[in-house]
Amino acid sequence: MKLELKGITKSFGALVANDHIDLVVESGEIHSLLGENGAGKSTLMNVLYGLYEPTFGEILIDDQPVKFSGPADAMAAGIGMVHQHFMLVPVFTVAENVALGGESTTFGGILNLNDTRAKVREVSARFGFNVDPDALVEDLPVGVQQRVEIIKALVREAKILILDEPTAVLTPQETDELMEIMRQLKANGTSIVFISHKLREVKAISDTITVIRRGKVVGSAEPGTSTTELASLMVGRAVNLTLDKAAATPGDLTFKVSNLTVMSDAGQRLLDDISFSVADGEILAVAGVQGNGQTELTEAVLGLHKHISGSIMLDGNELVGRSVRQVLDAGVGFVPEDRQDDGLVGEFSIAENLVLDLYTKEPYSRWGSMNRAVIGKNAEEKVAEFDVRTQSAQDAADTLSGGNQQKVVLARELSRPLKLFIASQPTRGVDVGSIEFLHKRIVAERDAGTPVIIVSTELDEILELGDRIAVLFAGKLMGIVPGKSSRELLGLMMAGLPANEAQAQLDGNAATMEGERS
Amino acid sequence: MSVTAKLSPSIAADRVAIRSWRTPIMFGVLAVFAVVVFVLLGPDGHATFRLSQDGDAWQVPNLVVPAKIFGIVVAVGALALAARSYQQMKNEGRISKWVTMTFAVLFVMGLLVWIIGGTNTQNITLVGLFTGAMLITTPLVFGSLSGVLCERSGVVNIAIEGQLLAGAFTASLVSSITHNAFAGLFAAAVAGMFVSFLLAVFSIKYVVNQIIVGVVLNVLISGLTGFLFEKIMKTKVDGVTIFNQPTQLPNLPIPVLSEIPVIGPTLFRQSIIGYFMLVLIVVIWFGLFRTRWGLRIRAVGEHPKAADTVGINVNRTRFLNVIAGGAVAGVGGAYFTLVAVSSFSKDMTGGLGFIALAALIFGRWNPIGAALAALLFGVAGNLQSILSLAGTPIDGQFLAMLPYALTILAVSGFVGKSRAPAADGEPYIKG
Repeated sequence: MKLELKGITKSFGALVANDHIDLVVESGEIHSLLGENGAGKSTLMNVLYGLYEPTFGEILIDDQPVKFSGPADAMAAGIGMVHQHFMLVPVFTVAENVALGGESTTFGGILNLNDTRAKVREVSARFGFNVDPDALVEDLPVGVQQRVEIIKALVREAKILILDEPTAVLTPQETDELMEIMRQLKANGTSIVFISHKLREVKAISDTITVIRRGKVVGSAEPGTSTTELASLMVGRAVNLTLDKAAATPGDLTFKVSNLTVMSDAGQRLLDDISFSVADGEILAVAGVQGNGQTELTEAVLGLHKHISGSIMLDGNELVGRSVRQVLDAGVGFVPEDRQDDGLVGEFSIAENLVLDLYTKEPYSRWGSMNRAVIGKNAEEKVAEFDVRTQSAQDAADTLSGGNQQKVVLARELSRPLKLFIASQPTRGVDVGSIEFLHKRIVAERDAGTPVIIVSTELDEILELGDRIAVLFAGKLMGIVPGKSSRELLGLMMAGLPANEAQAQLDGNAATMEGERS
Repeated sequence: MSVTAKLSPSIAADRVAIRSWRTPIMFGVLAVFAVVVFVLLGPDGHATFRLSQDGDAWQVPNLVVPAKIFGIVVAVGALALAARSYQQMKNEGRISKWVTMTFAVLFVMGLLVWIIGGTNTQNITLVGLFTGAMLITTPLVFGSLSGVLCERSGVVNIAIEGQLLAGAFTASLVSSITHNAFAGLFAAAVAGMFVSFLLAVFSIKYVVNQIIVGVVLNVLISGLTGFLFEKIMKTKVDGVTIFNQPTQLPNLPIPVLSEIPVIGPTLFRQSIIGYFMLVLIVVIWFGLFRTRWGLRIRAVGEHPKAADTVGINVNRTRFLNVIAGGAVAGVGGAYFTLVAVSSFSKDMTGGLGFIALAALIFGRWNPIGAALAALLFGVAGNLQSILSLAGTPIDGQFLAMLPYALTILAVSGFVGKSRAPAADGEPYIKG
């Protein structure tokens, strides 16, 4: 089935998210949409899937114009979508999720789930998905949940499958498996629209690449195009993809975590007996697929968890059992993973956000009343120093773009003398230009002699920043490896192999491949 | 070919117990209470439970329990179970269900025997206890079913109280005017739907905080019915208040079934509203968990965006459910004036709408669970009124607290964690 978008424009008020976008997806091809976060890729796909109505433009399927008033129409026309945030009901079984919206029923609307189970088994067997129709979705690992989403689309006989940032939640190995699935689907004649900002993946899988920047198509490319070329097309200027970073000069091990275990209220082990230490002037990058305990690790240091055992020592002082205020006062700088929910108060001004953890201290306040002049002056300085693009430091923080918001958070946390700096997902959803800047500031803090912990789910960022790399899987530490370790090794560790076993498997694989070739 | 075989790490849900000593401590305290009160301060003599009434076809002999001896049995049992719960918590980190259940049943029985043994008459009619409880239980069930319909689709319905009251008022008024109880019943359902319509418009269309809308509606309906009660219902024509003389719904005993001891008089000698309640519990349960309708409603209440992406109209589903919930609560309100008592009085629902909300949570958003919780609240409430007449060792004020104390225990999670629908109370804004 051939899909064509002609002059699609979608605006939200004054903001034009999509500006006259033309796109042709041929039958049975894998067509990648490449663009930065916020370039308008997801908006475009939501238009195509009937979730948004386009302001102008038309959609053609097999050269026939179609109009979608909702996702039901899009599905009926053979379009399926796997959303970045899965659209699965966690407390439903796989079969219930697949049935939802297209239920088979006997008389009177009574559900016939056996029919759905059979369909799930059939699709699952055809592609080797290995999905149990009666499993509860919330009990499944994300990789399997994604397969449930694909099954949902296939059961509805989708001829065009949209995958919106599908690899964001996957390990490198699961990503390889997904690509294998995509190739099989393509072989069966399904067209695929693959949305990503990861250059390597786009190059590996696509037949055609369309690059989108600021809501406009800025060009298309062959998969053979070099990474640098694609990157500059995506960003709109030449980008330096590698960070200039001197080798670390580690000092004393001032931050030590030993036998740290964190439990959820429900009694689930979120972190299981973690021990490591970080030296002054060193960056420890913590890798892992989202939801394997990284968030809990950073929050445990800050004192946000109740059921905690073990020890966290900073400069000879125990942090476990202290309040968040005490931990901050002990010299911990903390960038939370979600800047909008946890890092900033959106309605507060930039100036106020910059003193969110200092407002009780002199000179920002005295005798319990805040000193506006000093706070304002501090804001002017920080805005200049961190290159925050804003009209005024008195603007509300949520008027800033993601990258500039993150600069505000970083500016606040780095504005006092630190003994430990923790940043969780420091560049998530941030434009490439800001990423360079943020990375430089983090490295500068390291070079000033602070121990730094970076948590990221982006392997590129981990490899870029980490002097050493720790990998978490299901709350357990799989090991700590040197900063320049291979992606394959990290991938295996992220999938649950301890460092030594992962290394052994790589050595073994290399040996068998040699054997097969000869 | 299989792409999964290469690597499938098992993320086993590795759960360990967070030991909570709350329950063993509570059991221990209650067991000591049993020793002191049931045994040391226990009444001599017997507690008599009368299972049949004089006119019943089948006469069942009375249950006579020696109060002191039974008190000793309960106290020993409670101590043993408290020790067992401590042991289980220590060794396994959790207390098995049968320990909790047995403890609860044993303690309630001990409490009953102690109270009845301590009254002047030393006997109680179980039939009276349960049939009287239905006066409270019936509106509670309708109220909590209304809550199930609304909250399963993701709208918190605090306005149950207002819907009951609107139903009670309208039923009385319309039945008085038309001299037709069914017209009153129908009008009550419409009145409930009207309250729901306001709730739906404000909370779904205009995205006003659902709790606030609900509270405001309760105050509005209380004021409105109170005003109309004074202005219309109290108006006398030829010395009679013609607008508050509703024609009642008759009781329709079902042959044979109504003769079963205790259960017969409780369940099978009801008005049409009572039978409708029994049918509705089953129908809503079946609908929610076995039909396409229910699957979609639950999806909308759990993850509206997911429902939207498979072509389900989230806000329309919610709207319809809230309206249906209003009709159910309205019928429950009609029970007050068409069955329970003979006329409307100001604020006659007396907060039952809020207890219905507690029954909903107690029953874990499940129609059958909510109905059982409503029955429990009804029995507790009626026990209090029976006992205050019979003369008990406990002060009447404390007995009057019983339903509310149970409500607090229920809502604060002593009966295990209730899990509300994930999107309950969250408005859905497209895009």
